[in-house]
Amino acid sequence: MIQVEDVHKSYGGQKVLEGITFQVETGQVVTIIGRSGGGKTVLLRQMMGLEKPDAGRILIDGVNIVDIGPDQLNRVRRSIGILFQDGALFDSLTVFENVAFPVREHTRMSEKQIRNTVFKKLSEVGLTDAADKFPHQISGGMRKRAGLARALVLDPEIVYFDEPTTGLDPIAKASLYSRIRQAHLERAVTFVLVSHDIKGVLEISDTILMLWQGKIMTSGTPDQIRNHSHALVQQFLTGSAHGPIPLD
Amino acid sequence: MRVLELIGALVLTALGHLRGNAEEIGRGILLLGQSLRWLFRRPLRVHEIVRQLDFVGVQSTELILLTGIFTGMVLALQTHVALSRYAAQSLVGGMVGLSLTRELGPVLSALMVIGRAGSAMTAELGTMRNTQQIDALASMAVEPIQYLVVPRVVATTLIMPGLALLFEFAGMVGACLIFCTQLGGETAAFIASVRDYVSVQDLTHGLIKAVVFGFIIAAVSCTKGFYVTGGSRGVGTATTRAVVISSLLILGSDYVMTTLMFTSTS
Repeated sequence: MIQVEDVHKSYGGQKVLEGITFQVETGQVVTIIGRSGGGKTVLLRQMMGLEKPDAGRILIDGVNIVDIGPDQLNRVRRSIGILFQDGALFDSLTVFENVAFPVREHTRMSEKQIRNTVFKKLSEVGLTDAADKFPHQISGGMRKRAGLARALVLDPEIVYFDEPTTGLDPIAKASLYSRIRQAHLERAVTFVLVSHDIKGVLEISDTILMLWQGKIMTSGTPDQIRNHSHALVQQFLTGSAHGPIPLD
Repeated sequence: MRVLELIGALVLTALGHLRGNAEEIGRGILLLGQSLRWLFRRPLRVHEIVRQLDFVGVQSTELILLTGIFTGMVLALQTHVALSRYAAQSLVGGMVGLSLTRELGPVLSALMVIGRAGSAMTAELGTMRNTQQIDALASMAVEPIQYLVVPRVVATTLIMPGLALLFEFAGMVGACLIFCTQLGGETAAFIASVRDYVSVQDLTHGLIKAVVFGFIIAAVSCTKGFYVTGGSRGVGTATTRAVVISSLLILGSDYVMTTLMFTSTS
């Protein structure tokens, strides 16, 4: 279970997160939506332990990752997989080596076992043919799928997704969502997504949280969000230029 | 009134720069402190250290040999011109040997390594920072400083004396070649002069300098790359600054070390 309690974060006096509180039950798919630059990725970075919040607590299975040392934090991180916005694949390694990286780091598997494990994950995301290619030799969608394979290769209990479908064409989007859904069906993994792809997240999520001006403005099931009465939520869902959300 | 405003603005800008530099130095010291901490902790990244030894050392040999040979050739010509005025041309070997082992070997090889490997370190780490690869390492419970910074610092510090030695050897060969073919000297006279004037201490002092230079190159390049901000432009700026700062630190520390080493022995 993930518990985020009264988290605040500012950069140079600009408040980005102002008292964020929510919790994610084990096995749930929770999506955080909100405008670009609204603090979604910042929130995810606090939840990964990549940055420390100015105030508040973040508990992963009861461990407050804000107050622990690097060794303990690394222990917590071993149970978490992350798909970064652009995949964040290591560009000096092939797709195979990228996916094998966490396996080599955290297990004592033989080369044969590593090969089998990696190819199993690559086949799940349809990338066995690209195993020997370098990240710059494959498309953006393939990089994201390779990132997904890397995030899932150690069968983590929690997986974070930072804008998983940004920049993908509709087919690639549907393919990525289907892989995510498949992975979730196979194991009761907790998925936390950050996205503004409304259509996709309404289909995939158990709970949706809307971040607005540094606070959780509302939360609910996809149906509750779809039928929300607040004009702000409706404007965001419909992507209308008219409404309470000011244009940049 | 406008003059006062201008002075005020200048003072504020200067203070801003000072603050920025102080922050940068602080970050560098913190990074080195953390590197030292992670240096002695498992897992030892031997494979990464070997990879960096290859990148910084083996892949620089061609450049070091070429620059060493040309430096030696020029030195032979120049010292011959100077020594001819006192009819002391036979001392060319000794003079070239002393210049190379004490100063030019360690300093020029370090400057070459900054241009070839130091700048690449900054650009590589900076790009990794920009594309979230460093975050990805951290999120996979792999300590980025231990994985990225420590092997680069260790490898560059270890390999620099080797590169300096290679530079000195290539310089001697180049100088001997010119001395024997263009200046009418003999190989035996060149070698004898080197033996007479260059001591083991000259060589070891030069190599100690190279160790320090190697550490400076890696420390500055890694710090600038690891903390890059501002996208591809930021990577460009960081790379330029890494080259400038390491070059200045090498020349400055060379003066300090020369004062400490050679004035006490002369």
